[in-house]
Amino acid sequence: MSDAPVFIALQATDDMRPVIEAIEADNPHATVNHYPAMVKIDAPGRLSILRASVEERIGRTWDVQELQLGLISLAGHIDETEDAFVLAWQ
Amino acid sequence: MTTATATAMAAREAARPKLSLKDKYAVLTRDLGWDTTYQPMDKVFPHDKFEGIVIHDWNGWEDPFRLTMDAYWKFQSEKERKLYAIIDAFQQNNGQLNVSDARYVNALKLFLTGVSPLEYAAHRGFAMAGRSLRGVGARVACQMQSIDELRHCQTQIHTISHYNKFFNGFSDWRHLHDRLWYLSVPKSYFEDAMTAGPFEFITAISFSFEYVLTNLLFMPFMSGAAYNGDMATVTFGFSAQSDESRHMTLGLEVVKFMLEQDPANLPIIQKWIDKWFWRGYRLLTLVAMMMDYMCPKRVMSWKEAWEIYFEQNGGALFKDLARYGIRMPKYHEQAAKEKDHLSHIAWGIFYNFNHAAAIHTWVPEPNELDWLAQKYPDSFDQHYRPRFDYWKQQHDAGQRWTNPGLPMLCQICQIPMAFTEPDDPTQVCYRHAEHNGEHYHFCSDGCRDVFLGEPEKYVQSWLPVHQIFQGNCGGATLPEVLDWYHLKPEDRGDYADSQDRANWQRWTGHE
Repeated sequence: MSDAPVFIALQATDDMRPVIEAIEADNPHATVNHYPAMVKIDAPGRLSILRASVEERIGRTWDVQELQLGLISLAGHIDETEDAFVLAWQ
Repeated sequence: MTTATATAMAAREAARPKLSLKDKYAVLTRDLGWDTTYQPMDKVFPHDKFEGIVIHDWNGWEDPFRLTMDAYWKFQSEKERKLYAIIDAFQQNNGQLNVSDARYVNALKLFLTGVSPLEYAAHRGFAMAGRSLRGVGARVACQMQSIDELRHCQTQIHTISHYNKFFNGFSDWRHLHDRLWYLSVPKSYFEDAMTAGPFEFITAISFSFEYVLTNLLFMPFMSGAAYNGDMATVTFGFSAQSDESRHMTLGLEVVKFMLEQDPANLPIIQKWIDKWFWRGYRLLTLVAMMMDYMCPKRVMSWKEAWEIYFEQNGGALFKDLARYGIRMPKYHEQAAKEKDHLSHIAWGIFYNFNHAAAIHTWVPEPNELDWLAQKYPDSFDQHYRPRFDYWKQQHDAGQRWTNPGLPMLCQICQIPMAFTEPDDPTQVCYRHAEHNGEHYHFCSDGCRDVFLGEPEKYVQSWLPVHQIFQGNCGGATLPEVLDWYHLKPEDRGDYADSQDRANWQRWTGHE
């Protein structure tokens, strides 16, 4: 598996804050960069967004596709299921 | 229907296990497709073979987002509601007065006249691509993208219309897009893509532009809009960008799909990637200038953005595609050399020809010149600062410099020939080719290669300066041409002398 950098950029909004926190907690190898109105999270090789982690923070069910509402950009191949959204290079 | 049957149906419905995301997407993109029988498939889809791309099995197409129509409408309507709530608030509260400085608004003028019409062109382009491709997965993705692009165009027009009430240069944007000399740069870029076949179009726009290059426009520039207090623009920008992530994914998917289908596809795709990288990179010259010169508060320089989004993130992408035999796009080394010069050269062009542009230009403030010197230690003080010092002197003496001539344009990118040699910033770069006894001129090796690949296409380019000389732009004098552009006196010229500036001073109490 490649170590090349993947990233996800999300809007700096209330809806996305728990998602960003979940990503930080689940991806200790990631670097979180804060820009005006935007948060860009870079990581070598792989980034995972886990439904369970987000739900734990917001106290309700969360559809992984709700990411669509705050997503700005990304890099890497996507593997999306009901439980996770994973970015990785092959 | 009797109540009993309805109840029985509801019970069956409840008993049926819920489809997984993957199954739902498969049902949408496989079960809804069929092969035609009244007419052969090749007659129904006459355009998806002539480019030489060989597809053995359209079922190999996968959309990683697996977005179905019901989810698509649900999320899109949610995005629209959020966006329009913010636009309403922005308008009600005179948000235009909260931007960092009225100079910033010129970036929006360039956006509305140069970028928004491309969103509309993309809407048309993806509708055509969707109609042309026989694979259902590809057609569904193109359809969603076509609708997205129409949304982007509409939300941009709607948002920016508020600025039109207060600032010059916005009022006749659609007319300007078809006629104004520098707007032929974005217009011809997109028309080049739309007049290609469906596979080339989708490689050009979804992959080369959206995956490899648009992060440079929508990430640092939109973040810059937020930094400059423009709540409306950052909101439409990021709302559009949330669709863009899907489009980028389509771009990567289509390239992988074509490469996996047949080895014969590799050289065709590599040629398209080389061509469309260079075409897109040249188009981004306008963005480089927006970032370094038109945002009074700056998030990062063009050079830094290029390093992050192309060299680092784009580099990772091409490393990944190497397993298919794809290499980095040709002339990426030249783009790397130009990163120290691109925005300064571009701003110089607009400063020279500001009497014929729908944006204002200016010499940056002293602290801004220092910022540029700090971000561009290898080029700014040596090559560009002396120019600004001289222009400032001239303007202060009541002799604001404007270039009385018409520039020579590159046959491909249509930008005035002002770029310098990759290895010598004191020498303007000229390239030349002859075709059927005619001479053609280019700004770079990249643009010359594009011409040589399809000369019969590019000899037809509508070059604004040639058209003026041929008498097709309203007349032989500058006032006649400006009139034909619909460019009003208050739309153009130096910011220092503009009505925009005078109004801004009055509104913000700096009179």
